[in-house]
Amino acid sequence: MKKIASFFKWIGKDLKDIGITFGDGDWKTRISYLIMGFGPLVRGYFARGIAFLALEVLYILYMVSFGADYLAKISSLGTVETHMDLTTFVTVYGDNSFLILLYGVLSIIITLAFILAWRMNLRENRNEELAARENRKVPTVKEDLHQLLDNKFHVTLLALPTLGIFTFMIVPIIFMVCVAFTNYDKQHQAPSNLFTWVGFENFKKLVSFGGSGFGSTFFSILGWTLVWAFFATFLNYFLGMAVAILINKKCVKFKKLWRTILVMTIAIPQFVSLLYVSKMFAPDGIINSKLLEWGWISQALPFWKDPMWARVTIIVINCWVGIPYLMLISTGILMNIPEDLYESARIDGANGWQMFRKITLPYMLFVTGPYLLTQFTGNLNNFNIIYLLSGGAPQSIDMTGSAGKTDLLVTWLYKMTLDDTNYCMAATIGIVVFLVTAGISLVVYGLLPSVKDEEGFQ
Amino acid sequence: MAKEKKLHKQHRTLDSVISHAVLILISIVWLFPFICIVLQSFRSYDTEIGGMVGYIIPKHFSLDSYAWLFSKDSQFVRWYLNTFIIALFVAIGQTCMVLMVSYSLSRMRFKGRTLWMRICLILGMFPGFLTMICLYFLLKQFGLTQQGAIPGLILIGVASSGMGYYVCKGFFDTIPKSLDEAARIDGASRARIFFTLTIPLSKPIIIYTALTAFMAPWCDYIFASYVAFGYSDSYNVAVALYRWVNTNDYQGYFTRFCAGGVLIAIPVTILFMCLQKYYVEGVTGGAVKG
Repeated sequence: MKKIASFFKWIGKDLKDIGITFGDGDWKTRISYLIMGFGPLVRGYFARGIAFLALEVLYILYMVSFGADYLAKISSLGTVETHMDLTTFVTVYGDNSFLILLYGVLSIIITLAFILAWRMNLRENRNEELAARENRKVPTVKEDLHQLLDNKFHVTLLALPTLGIFTFMIVPIIFMVCVAFTNYDKQHQAPSNLFTWVGFENFKKLVSFGGSGFGSTFFSILGWTLVWAFFATFLNYFLGMAVAILINKKCVKFKKLWRTILVMTIAIPQFVSLLYVSKMFAPDGIINSKLLEWGWISQALPFWKDPMWARVTIIVINCWVGIPYLMLISTGILMNIPEDLYESARIDGANGWQMFRKITLPYMLFVTGPYLLTQFTGNLNNFNIIYLLSGGAPQSIDMTGSAGKTDLLVTWLYKMTLDDTNYCMAATIGIVVFLVTAGISLVVYGLLPSVKDEEGFQ
Repeated sequence: MAKEKKLHKQHRTLDSVISHAVLILISIVWLFPFICIVLQSFRSYDTEIGGMVGYIIPKHFSLDSYAWLFSKDSQFVRWYLNTFIIALFVAIGQTCMVLMVSYSLSRMRFKGRTLWMRICLILGMFPGFLTMICLYFLLKQFGLTQQGAIPGLILIGVASSGMGYYVCKGFFDTIPKSLDEAARIDGASRARIFFTLTIPLSKPIIIYTALTAFMAPWCDYIFASYVAFGYSDSYNVAVALYRWVNTNDYQGYFTRFCAGGVLIAIPVTILFMCLQKYYVEGVTGGAVKG
């Protein structure tokens, strides 16, 4: 709330500043409100003036030749459908909703950027005017450029990464968030069909039961996603810690060998190891055939056929994947626990378990709290394990959208995109995943001891 | 007294035996799949079947599957090169991006710094596949799908990688600021400090970043298969192997899959084992600082 208030305050202040610049400014500055860079040009700062002027010209050219068309159609996402002209039998191409949405979003963003540039142009004018009045020198272009390698080095460094994040992260996310509010699905594929805005219809469909609603599937998958993330995080965490403690024991020899064996499994590409492991548990895989051969079972165990079996198998295999990482991390942290803590506990007559409960565990939880949180949210979105092991199988008739019993929200999203081409529902699920992740992160982060009390263990 | 000491000693030995037994068991469980893959890759294709069988040790050892991978019938060499090129360029690009972002966020104080970090945090909470179709379309506009999938995948791998700055920034934060200040007093510009002071001090974190950046595209399946869809010249090894295992014909390709898996795993495993020290440092550092 406070943030929003301060944001509006800032906007108000900025508007006032724009007013002052106009009221107090001379004619050169005032003309710059319309023709960007006019002030600097007249005052003799050519490089800057030309840069601003060029920006304005480019913006106008872009809008006139390209942007304005799309911007005008964004409220309806197109009205002319692609159809066959009945008299000449020629296909008439209509509006492409996909392009309208994409370029519409792009045009809005470019316009915002242009407003920012316009504001910079005013600031430049104001600065030059004040400098002239106070007989100050305006820094030359050369000095400005030099600053880019010194005090403003961050601008140089961040320019490229920001541009990348902006084009390949922010624009697509804004676009997909918009798609969640349209009916862009199998029946409404651009360019042959139009799609349009439908408001919160997709969200309603996601949580409604019966009929065409996705409710029962959604809640079943959401439940399994949370259960999975819980087990995948904490089981790995404690088992990994246990292995680390085991290797750290004084009586254990060849410590380096054991660690190396486990670490080596991290290096091997997951798509090789997991695909192989998934085949190991297949009905005709090595595990089932060995068990059959030894006569321990009379028919193949349904590792990937039965929902419960599949879920447990996945969690167990995930331990196999995750324990080496956790072992590595715990080993490093365990070595940092002051030895005298244990020493004094031993004098007080504490046994191993008590020492673990009272010293090791609190210390570990304190130090790795934030890491556990990121692990948990990471596991909510752990695509690889599920996709490579079971692919979401077993499928079930009481699930819609080709979902299976071991699908997570993200793998369901992936299937929606690829198999069903139901983009609007996929986008809706994506937003739900974001909300779940953000919600959990916000709540848990505030509760973490290491955040509340940074000095706690020192 | 002596008896108690003896009992204590016995207890010790028992403890040690059990610990070692558990560790040996763990090692077997962890290594078992890999041993299986290696053994199966040597199974003779001609005298036994190439599919899955109920035994682990092949009856006849041969290099049939490997020979097939390098024969004219398969494009394995091409896929391998694709994978290598993508991983190499992504590793270089991503390391540069991460270093640039980390240095600015760790060393400089400027307006919008926290905003920048907060936006990255929020963006990171969106699932990666959400934007898949939009990215695909963007790439397609520039002709970077199918035939152009390799530069396309490099672009996607590098473009937004600046967001993964956490571990590296944590490392930069531990380099004393007084070093920078001393250099500033001597008249060095920020850029000079970055190139001549910070970078040489950051060898461990540069290696860690490059290593993780190299391994991700080396193993990437999902986006690679989407971007290169239907154009087998642009596949990477992961896409090809996944198709071998998950087609109806996988019984014919199983030993070949194992052989391909061994070949793709060997370089990363060697690389990883050599640079293990840096990896452990990076992972532990990242976990502690959150």
